[in-house]
Amino acid sequence: MNDESVYDGLLGGDSSQWAFGTDFEDPLAGVDTTVPAGIDAADLAVYCLMLGDDTLVLSQRLAEWCSRAPELEEDIALANFALDLLGQARLLLARAAAADPSIVPSLPEGSPVPAEDALAFFREAGQFRNVRMAEVPNGDFAHVVVRLLLFSIARLAVLQRLRDSADAVLAAVAAKGVKELAYHRDWAGRWFVTLAQGTDESRRRLLGALEQLWPLHDEMFTAHPIERSLAAAVDPGEVRAEADIILDQVLAVADVERPALISTRGRTGRDGLHTESLSLMLAEMQVVARAHPMGLW
Amino acid sequence: MTVLERAAAVAAEVRDPEMPMLTLADLGVLRDVRVEGDVVVASITPTYSGCPAMATMRDDLVHRLTDAGFPRVEVRVVLDPAWSSDWITEHGRAALRDAGLSPPGPAPSAGGPVPLLLGPTRRAVTCPRCGSAHTERVSEFGATACKALYRCTDCLEPFDHVKEI
Repeated sequence: MNDESVYDGLLGGDSSQWAFGTDFEDPLAGVDTTVPAGIDAADLAVYCLMLGDDTLVLSQRLAEWCSRAPELEEDIALANFALDLLGQARLLLARAAAADPSIVPSLPEGSPVPAEDALAFFREAGQFRNVRMAEVPNGDFAHVVVRLLLFSIARLAVLQRLRDSADAVLAAVAAKGVKELAYHRDWAGRWFVTLAQGTDESRRRLLGALEQLWPLHDEMFTAHPIERSLAAAVDPGEVRAEADIILDQVLAVADVERPALISTRGRTGRDGLHTESLSLMLAEMQVVARAHPMGLW
Repeated sequence: MTVLERAAAVAAEVRDPEMPMLTLADLGVLRDVRVEGDVVVASITPTYSGCPAMATMRDDLVHRLTDAGFPRVEVRVVLDPAWSSDWITEHGRAALRDAGLSPPGPAPSAGGPVPLLLGPTRRAVTCPRCGSAHTERVSEFGATACKALYRCTDCLEPFDHVKEI
């Protein structure tokens, strides 16, 4: 194969240039996944599912934007965010499966589906632990801007602390995620200001999206008992103040008033309580994998 | 040449699938090569969490080393410390420029709180074709996650800038 062009030799070469269908799919291959002493492995696995499901589900929603953004550059930006979040999801789901293999759905004997894929494609909506901010259906461009802004502010605040997690794998995933989320947050913040300060129509749509998504904002800072008790976790309630400072900066520049707090009550996405839209999204996302549990991709 | 030196030399020549002007060593993705018994162990780190080239890199390493006469090869992923564009070597930066890409500037420091940046990203980017410092950003997101798209306002050529991370 000619080193100067990856495309040379794609036709007529042997199959050795293809990575897919090989045995190199484990994103944690060779990583020490021993659970540190004093950390509950089952709780750690559930915590990784919570963070991993957030990114998996939001990544799928962002991927739905592909080819539909108002400009090519923004289309590519959204696809890049989706890819970053999917990468984080792979690491987190693989970490969850390594910490507690019993959470991985069982598949027919001999199935080649790796654990991260089994978790992504073979769980029901009620087994997903993501916050509902990640799952609600897409709206217009203002909607994706507001969703990304609110999500990335909250997630970046959590990941910045998670860099010091007692679990070395989570700490490493967080350190990488911080660099990526910083790009997402800045992009969303700039567009938030641009739309707010643009035309009457862009501002109307922005305020509409904020009003629509705001009831889901509080949930991102409402800790599940595992997020509070697990030593390797970050309690999202504890980062609310610093996340609020960032959001207020964006709102001030955009000249948008912060909506009144709408408190989360009862069970949440972290408990497996979701909107109907998650089931519909998963039905589409999972159908091919479920039809072929023995398939090799 | 020892077995280790030979294996390390072969691994160092494997190229990045998306930026083939760079070797994995130039890119700073190849973190370590060692020999454990009769197994060559190569360690690599992803540039971005979702970098789709990771599987190809792992596959290429195994094939190159196997072809070079090392029958047993293991590729391990290293996540910590996270990859930084600062790890691209001087040789790699020159190779990027030669290929018409603008190499990254210094990466923001890791650790500590991440400042919110609402203004346009300010970078001193030089056109890799004509050397002009008069360039403008077209898009912060380019053909791959690791690149932004720029244009030279003197020679008017568009070019990719490898982002600081």
